[in-house]
Amino acid sequence: MQTPILEMQAITKEFPGVKALKDVSFKVARGEIHCLVGENGAGKSTLMKVLSGVYPFGSYSGDIVFDGEVQRFRSIRDSERAGIAIIYQELALIPDLTVYENIFLGNEIAQRGLINWNETIKQAKQMLDMVRLSVNPEAKVRDLGVGKQQLVEIAKALSRNVKLLILDEPTAALNEDDSENLLDLLRGLREQGVTCIMISHKLKEVISIADSVTVLRDGQTICTLDAHKGEVNEQVLIKHMVGRELDNIYPKRESQGFGDIILQVRDWNAYSPALGRQVLHNINFHVRRGEIVGFAGLMGSGRTELALSIFGNPSGYKLSGELRLNDIPQHFQQPEDAIRAGIAYVSEDRKGNGLVLIQDIKQNITLANLQAISRHQIVDDNAEIRIANEYRQSINIKTPSIEQRVSKLSGGNQQKVCLAKWLFVAPDILILDEPTRGIDVGAKFEIYSLMNRLVSQGMSIIMISSELPEVLGMSDRIYIVSSGRITGELPIEEATQEKIMYLATL
Amino acid sequence: MSLQQVQEQGRSGSFISDLQRILRENIREYAMYIALFVIMVVFAILTKGVFISSRNLSNLLNQTGYIAVLAVGMTLVIVIRHIDLSVGFLAGFLGAVAAIALSSWGLPTLIVIPMVLILGILAGLITAFPVAKLGIPSFVASLAGWLIFRGALQVVTAGTGTIIISDDSFNAIGNAFIPDIPNIGILNEVHKLTLLLGVAAIAWFVYSEIQNRKTKISYQFEVLPFEIFVLKLVFISVVVGAITWILANYNGLSWTVVIMLLVVAVYHFVSTKTVLGRHIYAVGGNPEAAELSGINVKRIVFIVFGSMGMLSALSGILYASRLQSATTTAGTLFELDAIAAAYVGGVSAAGGVGKVTGSIIGALVMTSLTSGMNLMSVDIAYQYIVRGAVLAAAVIFDVYTRRSS
Ligand SMILES: Nc1ncnc2c1ncn2[C@@H]1O[C@H](COP(=O)(O)OP(=O)(O)OP(=O)(O)O)[C@@H](O)[C@H]1O
Ligand SMILES: [Mg+2]
Repeated sequence: MQTPILEMQAITKEFPGVKALKDVSFKVARGEIHCLVGENGAGKSTLMKVLSGVYPFGSYSGDIVFDGEVQRFRSIRDSERAGIAIIYQELALIPDLTVYENIFLGNEIAQRGLINWNETIKQAKQMLDMVRLSVNPEAKVRDLGVGKQQLVEIAKALSRNVKLLILDEPTAALNEDDSENLLDLLRGLREQGVTCIMISHKLKEVISIADSVTVLRDGQTICTLDAHKGEVNEQVLIKHMVGRELDNIYPKRESQGFGDIILQVRDWNAYSPALGRQVLHNINFHVRRGEIVGFAGLMGSGRTELALSIFGNPSGYKLSGELRLNDIPQHFQQPEDAIRAGIAYVSEDRKGNGLVLIQDIKQNITLANLQAISRHQIVDDNAEIRIANEYRQSINIKTPSIEQRVSKLSGGNQQKVCLAKWLFVAPDILILDEPTRGIDVGAKFEIYSLMNRLVSQGMSIIMISSELPEVLGMSDRIYIVSSGRITGELPIEEATQEKIMYLATL
Repeated sequence: MSLQQVQEQGRSGSFISDLQRILRENIREYAMYIALFVIMVVFAILTKGVFISSRNLSNLLNQTGYIAVLAVGMTLVIVIRHIDLSVGFLAGFLGAVAAIALSSWGLPTLIVIPMVLILGILAGLITAFPVAKLGIPSFVASLAGWLIFRGALQVVTAGTGTIIISDDSFNAIGNAFIPDIPNIGILNEVHKLTLLLGVAAIAWFVYSEIQNRKTKISYQFEVLPFEIFVLKLVFISVVVGAITWILANYNGLSWTVVIMLLVVAVYHFVSTKTVLGRHIYAVGGNPEAAELSGINVKRIVFIVFGSMGMLSALSGILYASRLQSATTTAGTLFELDAIAAAYVGGVSAAGGVGKVTGSIIGALVMTSLTSGMNLMSVDIAYQYIVRGAVLAAAVIFDVYTRRSS
């Protein structure tokens, strides 16, 4: 084997109160696809941020040898210059700029300060060809789907002559087709000699693409596995990640049958003045007490819009149709009304509209239900601390303190804070929008068990998910949504991946 | 790593290294106190002690009053990511309304004050309307208010020019001091009630800090190392004590200072302890998340602007009372002083961050600069330049320290 392109030795990185990385070593061979896996908070993102100079030299200890040289990156610019590009889970594109402007942002093709737009567009086209994306380079990024935006990010990285491409959970927000497309692209780049590091919680994908896999747990390297020696399979990965065997990802639930219909939606239409088009067409569905109803479909099929239109309609759609809660017609003007009526919505976009990132864990958990811990409008700080500590334990939020800002939590733990916030509201109907996006297998199991516990206590859950195994593993009944319409309803006994995919693409 | 370890680690350092660490970690918060302290020392030296004389400090605090109440309201406005430019001329206009009500209509002070405060609230709500309901940027909506209130001020003062206020009880607000208790034999030459209040404030402060620390420890939260905690208590007690002593040696607490302290106390309480306060900061931190959490964002905008209007009215009352008249230019540039005070006091333009108490320090910084430079008879042109530089420095420092943390 050649000399590795990257060798990180004895990396230790501390944050106030947390040792995120302890003596981590990490080696990547030239031209391979190397996957990095581990539980939420294991330190994957932190390791990559150390590598790319987000945490500058001096703020960690240990050595980075890249391309045969010891590197001391003081900023992302330094690592970019050395040929490292990192794509964060949160896309860093500017929605109102065009594709080509985004690709060359910060790296403009210019003579004496004047940008040569013709050359820019020409080269942008080449980059887009390389990532096999057929969009007009003059389109605005805002108008592309997430999958395509992801590809634009990669094009942007490629435009900088990248030797090592790092992707932090690139497929978390992608549907199966887009994911497959992206993985193909990575294989293509491997042919061209680009080395890739990919972080992912989707083990199937890891197994299908990785040449080798490194597992991190609690800030330490557990092992590096070689796929070509057949060392990589789901069981082994889970065992190393979680530290124990997990034989069934979807916990069994004793179904005692369901109660009455609690939510009934009829002839539901939504017109979006902002988009200037109809986003929901004639939706009919119902949910019974104690039932988990899955909403399957492709990314962008209108499921989030449906959830929000029910949940007090914060986007200001023009609605028509009927919504009955316990057989009483309701007209929610704002989320406040829906919450009061017993509906909760856990957003798919935790950073954008789920959490107040600059506030701490306890403030986020109590935000939607401050009245419960207040007397005469005065918040009882002690009650707040007790509540937050309870959730920290019961759903296992990994943090040094409930006074930690949520911006400093790992992605998966942020998701748990979101969940805790809505559990504290104790709703009758819990709408979960992509509840396990970016969550590790162990935590997924915990969340699934929690869902089972909740429905056995009589709560009803609407689960929007783009991951078919999850929909099939957890739901009692499944609706399939496509282009703002419900194209099918399947009881769980009759549901199969093939049927759902067929209905989802109608 | 467990919390226990964290605390032990926190405690293991020596006193000096602890102090350095804590100063470094909280530099943003302490910087404005340090800045205020430095400014005071510099002016004290440059004016050979005149600046920290009882008389001048008392004056300084009275001048801070009408800016400080605006800065308190402005802090919350900036926390929810808005701005209100109309407050200066609104204060001027409502001050003139108060003057007219007192002088021409002969209404008593006790009726005029609530009336003007209510008018202030209404004006604030009107500014909030296009912002909350139509999504108009508050910069534009309040710029319109700036023009309208400026015009209104000139309309109401057009006939008479300056309106003289001869109501003594009204003029007392900006010029008189709280009464003293009868002499008891000792300390006859100082203002004893002021002294008593100062001592009570220190006692209450020390008590609540100790209680607070106890609760935190019982929940195993991180607290300051013990020595530094004591140092903090001593330092703040000494500062408050010194100010009290200096004031007590002059005329004691003025009504303006009492009002200012009350406003800060109430706003501090509301912003840190109540559901409303939490909602305000959540809306500032992430409006979308706040709305999806069932907070009525529009309502919060109305409340914050309404409160801003009320405080503008209060500012106008304090100013008119201090001058014992309403002038055609009253309120000019108040809004900029208030905004500057809020920024110096640590509010962040990105929203969701900023303390009411900080804005008072910011207001003190800004008035200290004016007052000190006036004492040294610095040309007004240079005064503007210096104040601008201080504001720029504060904001640059803020952005810089936030980024590095
Ligand atoms: N800026 C920060 N300040 C304090 N602690 C941090 C900060 N960033 C990360 N951490 C902590 O470091 C640990 C590792 O976090 P990291 O984001 O690397 O996890 P991760 O493996 O990427 O997890 P996930 O799969 O959930 O994204 C976590 O315990 C996290 O709380
Ligand atoms: Mg991560």
